[in-house]
Amino acid sequence: MSAGRLVTLQMLALLLLSLSWRAFAIDITVLPNEELQRRYQSLTHEFRCMQCQNNSIADSPVGLASDLRREVAELLVAGKSDDEIRAYMVQRYGNVILFTPPLAASTAWVWMFPVIAVFAGAIIGVVIVRRRSKMVDTDDSIVEPEEVTR
Amino acid sequence: MNRFVLPFVVFAALAGVLYVGVKHSPDKSTMVSALLGKPAPAFELPVLGDASRKFSTSLLAGRPWVMNVWGTWCAECRVEHQALLDIARQNRVPIVGLNWRDEDAAALEWLARLGNPYTVVAVDGDGRTAINFGVYGAPETFFIDANGLVQYRHVGAMSPEVWEREFASRLPQVGMP
Repeated sequence: MSAGRLVTLQMLALLLLSLSWRAFAIDITVLPNEELQRRYQSLTHEFRCMQCQNNSIADSPVGLASDLRREVAELLVAGKSDDEIRAYMVQRYGNVILFTPPLAASTAWVWMFPVIAVFAGAIIGVVIVRRRSKMVDTDDSIVEPEEVTR
Repeated sequence: MNRFVLPFVVFAALAGVLYVGVKHSPDKSTMVSALLGKPAPAFELPVLGDASRKFSTSLLAGRPWVMNVWGTWCAECRVEHQALLDIARQNRVPIVGLNWRDEDAAALEWLARLGNPYTVVAVDGDGRTAINFGVYGAPETFFIDANGLVQYRHVGAMSPEVWEREFASRLPQVGMP
């Protein structure tokens, strides 16, 4: 097997491994209809499990997360909107329960920083490319023949 | 010389951003309650050891009280237990225990063996009241003032120092001339 194919296979294996987290789904809640089920799935992935903070309540096995999933399911069945359910959680736990912080004066820099970083990167890139392309025009150094063939 | 200035400025800016991020990361022990200054959620729950009786927050209307969230499954609750017993002995404020996601028999055995610091223990078996209070781990201790507003929430084991600094200081002073 060529080295290239081996690398391809390894990459494929890694990709498959990275997908296998779905196998750890621990939630078996079933809601009355598909629409509610879809909203349930999406909402439970929006809320942080406060006990293990880099998990969503959908992915966390701890008791509090299952209690919060039950709240979400009950509020959905009671006819609450997604925004009402988000407000319900924020009222109790604060904004920190949301993985996506709301856009407010105190969180504006969180939203602006990636944009600023991308622009800064683009400007730096343009500057470097311009400088180097000027260097080619003015490069009058002598190239030795053996260096060219090497 | 000039070519080192820009990387250094970028480095300093990044270091600054990361420093602020680390300093303000949601530290479990300092996360403030979303309920501060707001009315404590009212609840009515069965009393531990006598399910025919109900504890209602309306019984404490008009006076300050303390709520301690605990469970026999919670290791830190064992750590703070002696501090709670000492505080209860001062008899300055009602301490309501919220027995969170626990077994009644285990909770009763725990109190019989270690002593009972609580004025009353309310059983929150399904954790709904804890969610209304924004509880995310035990132990947590809340101070509710005479107007029914949540004034402080301590996350983690209670200690005499925390009690004096954050709880006793909020009580109406007694014995003053």
